[in-house]
Amino acid sequence: MSNRLIVSLSPHVHSGDSVQKNMYGVCLALVPALIASLYFFGLGAAVVLITSIVSCVMFEWLISKFILKREKLSILDGSAILTGLLLGFNLPSNLPIWIVVVGALVAIGIGKMTFGGLGQNPFNPALVGRVFLLISFPAQMTTWPVSGTVGYVDAQTGATPLSLMKWAIQSGDASVLNDMPSALSLAIGQHGGSLGEVSAILLLLGCLFMIWRKIITWHIPVSILGTVALLSGLLHYGVSDVYADPASVLCSGGLMLGACFMATDYVTSPMVAKGQIIYGVCIGLLTIIIRNWGSYPEGMSFAILIMNAFTPLINTYCKPRRFGEVIRKEAKK
Amino acid sequence: MNVILIAVIVLGAVGLVAALVLFVASKKFAVWEDPRIKQVSEVLPQANCGGCGYPGCSGFASACVKAAESGSLSDLNCAPGGQAVMEQIAGILGLQASAAAPKVAVVRCQGTCDVRPHGVEFDGAHSCRIQNMTGMGETQCQYGCLGEGDCASVCLFGAITVNPATRIAEVDESKCTGCGACAKSCPRGIIELRPQGPKNRKVVVLCNNKDKGALATKECKVSCIGCGKCVKVCEKFEAITLGTNLAYIDPDKCKMCRKCEEACPRGAIKAFNFPPRKPKEEALKVAEASKTPLATDAPKAPVATEAPKAAPAPVKESTVETPKQD
Amino acid sequence: MKTFSIGGVHPAENKLSAGSPIREAALPKQAIFSMFQHIGAPAKPVVKKGDVVKVGTLLGEAGGFVSAPIYSSVSGKVSKVDVALDASDTRRMAVYVDVEGDEWEESIDRSADLVRLEDRPDLDAKTIVEKIKQAGIVGMGGATFPCHVKLCPPPGEKAECVIINAVECEPYLTSDHSLMLEKADEILVGVALIMKAVGVERGYIGIENNKPDAIQLMTEKAKAYPQIEVVPLKVQYPQGGEKQLIDAVIGRQVPAPPAIPINVGAVVQNVGTAFAIYEAVMKNKPLISRVITVTGKSVKQPSNLLARLGTPFSQLMEECGGLPADTGKIIGGGPMMGKALISLDIPMTKGSSGLLIMNNKEARRAEAEPCIRCAKCVSACPMGLEPYLLSNISSQHMWEEAERECIVSCIECGSCAYTCPSNRPLLDNIRLGKTTVMGIIRERAAKK
Repeated sequence: MSNRLIVSLSPHVHSGDSVQKNMYGVCLALVPALIASLYFFGLGAAVVLITSIVSCVMFEWLISKFILKREKLSILDGSAILTGLLLGFNLPSNLPIWIVVVGALVAIGIGKMTFGGLGQNPFNPALVGRVFLLISFPAQMTTWPVSGTVGYVDAQTGATPLSLMKWAIQSGDASVLNDMPSALSLAIGQHGGSLGEVSAILLLLGCLFMIWRKIITWHIPVSILGTVALLSGLLHYGVSDVYADPASVLCSGGLMLGACFMATDYVTSPMVAKGQIIYGVCIGLLTIIIRNWGSYPEGMSFAILIMNAFTPLINTYCKPRRFGEVIRKEAKK
Repeated sequence: MNVILIAVIVLGAVGLVAALVLFVASKKFAVWEDPRIKQVSEVLPQANCGGCGYPGCSGFASACVKAAESGSLSDLNCAPGGQAVMEQIAGILGLQASAAAPKVAVVRCQGTCDVRPHGVEFDGAHSCRIQNMTGMGETQCQYGCLGEGDCASVCLFGAITVNPATRIAEVDESKCTGCGACAKSCPRGIIELRPQGPKNRKVVVLCNNKDKGALATKECKVSCIGCGKCVKVCEKFEAITLGTNLAYIDPDKCKMCRKCEEACPRGAIKAFNFPPRKPKEEALKVAEASKTPLATDAPKAPVATEAPKAAPAPVKESTVETPKQD
Repeated sequence: MKTFSIGGVHPAENKLSAGSPIREAALPKQAIFSMFQHIGAPAKPVVKKGDVVKVGTLLGEAGGFVSAPIYSSVSGKVSKVDVALDASDTRRMAVYVDVEGDEWEESIDRSADLVRLEDRPDLDAKTIVEKIKQAGIVGMGGATFPCHVKLCPPPGEKAECVIINAVECEPYLTSDHSLMLEKADEILVGVALIMKAVGVERGYIGIENNKPDAIQLMTEKAKAYPQIEVVPLKVQYPQGGEKQLIDAVIGRQVPAPPAIPINVGAVVQNVGTAFAIYEAVMKNKPLISRVITVTGKSVKQPSNLLARLGTPFSQLMEECGGLPADTGKIIGGGPMMGKALISLDIPMTKGSSGLLIMNNKEARRAEAEPCIRCAKCVSACPMGLEPYLLSNISSQHMWEEAERECIVSCIECGSCAYTCPSNRPLLDNIRLGKTTVMGIIRERAAKK
């Protein structure tokens, strides 16, 4: 025989699933929202997204080649592309290019590679980049162009639904909310905001695609959205009109993007269904708290990052239901 | 002015309260520790290798102090520190150190790729123990070195490495402290801790194959076949015994005459750190007659390891029992 | 449709030899009988070089209670008693027999007539178990646990039902399937015998619904046995695992080790075992042959062979068109739990349910990448464990931690490694941890 026989321990077959398939699967799920963002924000969206993706991949390559000196480079496993895509989705479409590049450097450099690269990072890299930019460049990060603008530089900017909501609560004047777009137009995407956040329906479609392809499970998105809907419903109908109605809350800001794509990031979310639900509920709770009573209009990214920090703890205490456990408890009784 | 004063007073008060709490806590929750434990710890190498069987050096130190109460340190030995450290400990505790010969690890396998072909390929996690679970491993010998380097990964001193060319673990005697971690990690029990021997010299059967002769011959060209020739030449000292088709040289009885090395038809016995032999006519004849296929690599080995060892050896002539500390 | 409640995967079935009838393999020139054909103490050889043996002559007696005797499956002369490479890929004690003719022990009934339970009113539970023990029957699904041990419940435990494992959840394998199609009556008598042996009134035969013909046939034939019910199951790996099967069929979960199925009142036997029990009790025939699936994508003629134990795999391979040129891996058993063999010169044993040939492309594992913590292994694990965690702590030798995380519950089904997108050798590491932790537990028990 020309080649040697191979021995290995079982199993001898594999499902054929791979890191690439999962990562590109998520990218594919983002495509509808991507098209929507190009439609609403035009050239600006394209410039920001391309810059973000290219610089993320480039920084990953540079760092793993020259700083970590890895022999095997894995820039095409899709994770850097995904980080770039998600970071871009979290930025306004009129953001200067250099700020996007800085964001990518922080996302990949500090958010991911300092911890050892794929699978090691405690925080979602794209969110680390976004929050860094939000704190460092608050002015540029919070002036969103109104959707429908086509150009890149001279975009009109306007108040977002989220700042209206905050204003309503701070002033105690429910009539402010009359300026809000309807929940339907929020869901479709006709309002200002970061470029990937605007079309709640298309993001939800992507999420369903991922659940169907078994890339993610339903636990995290459902528990986040459910908690937010429940709490905002209680506030709106039970407490006061100054709190926006649940439909608008669900469709505005980065909530849908965060719940479907950022919080479900494999590396930084809990492993077990029970833990995922705790994680999702806590994110929903924190988001509502920050949105309504915090100093920033949007709380999703902070909520996710805070819960990322708790993920190891959740993993330690939430164990899956072991086979035979039920019986043992019954026997004890 | 007022602001500064308030700040100073508040901070001072906080500091005072904290200091008080710390003071009370340190007195109330103080744990008494035998001061000798600290003294013993200080002379230990602090490698935390676990070779002594205790969790790290501090564990060993408390075990020593505890043993001192019963009056004997005979069961305890710090392999990396060697006799010198044990004597220091004994001094601290006011006892006599028991004489323990320093040991080094010996890999009892010479089945390199050319004498023991890797007929199949193992595909899986790189660990000897995991490869061993497949049964035979990559070669036909179920006793030989697997070459995935479990021993190298547990060695804290970098003394054992797997040679990528031969796929056999090799010990660097100058670094080995004899802690025994490698021996415990080897799933096939190939690594043996043997006394360092005078001038680091020792004669060892470098094979672990317990198969019958015919089979062992097929499996590896340098395997021990249990023929017993070495036992016969060693009749006078009775240092060599034959186990299950495998010879073993008792290091305590071995007189380093190297007759067994000559007698072995398979080249499975190796003498470490001896000066090169004077080319005796008889010896050459034996070598040529018995091991034709191995004639090339067998004599080479002792010469190669001899060179670096030649320098430090004479220095230690006066105090043989002192372990080397490079 | 019923199935087990936690985890599971669905590998490509690849049942290439399904529907092909059972063919009888030719007698080998030399048969090798390993003394290690079962879990437990090895058999002790009772023959020596030069002894003349017949089909059904005792070669090795049981080495203890958890052990089984070994009989010759051929007639001829013992050529040597020596070590031989066996299906564990190690050399262990075996008896070599040079085959001459085909002479059977006279006590064996070789006729094909069906003997029903009613025909033998003299059989009581004790006799049945004794006959099974004498015949050297072991679990034929691959676990090779001596059968009589399972039929003797420990004191204080009472069996409530017998579950027959006809799931055959391993991809490629079809030996149980073909056996059911051809020997349905005999199997049902075997099931009735097991039920009588353990004294229960309820029997289930669990069959996955990718074998509709077998379900139909068995249901039809089982009408004559009101106590036996055929339970169709949803296709899901590892349904053939003992604990998973009990969960699927009667909805009870066996607790973590050291608990065993009898603690929830179930006795599980493979369908092949049921057939062997029929032959042993009714025909006085010890376990000397079994059905084996020889298969693989490159194999010319994937088949189900009825072969004598001790036949070398190389001969079975010849009968199915020879070893393909692009062979990369030879597996004894199925692809999920089978063992990679280092050579074809290995004799068939009681546990050989399949011989699977993989080509070069399939044989090699893809390169392992970093864990992306996707939790797919956690949702695939049928025992509710966290394979990623067990694998990590095992490779760092954190044995106490591993024990706390229930590593000994692992059934080594391979669902985790199968599903891992990063191709990590999860089960390799977990096995290492499991064996070590089990050793530690045994040591602790011994100290007490």
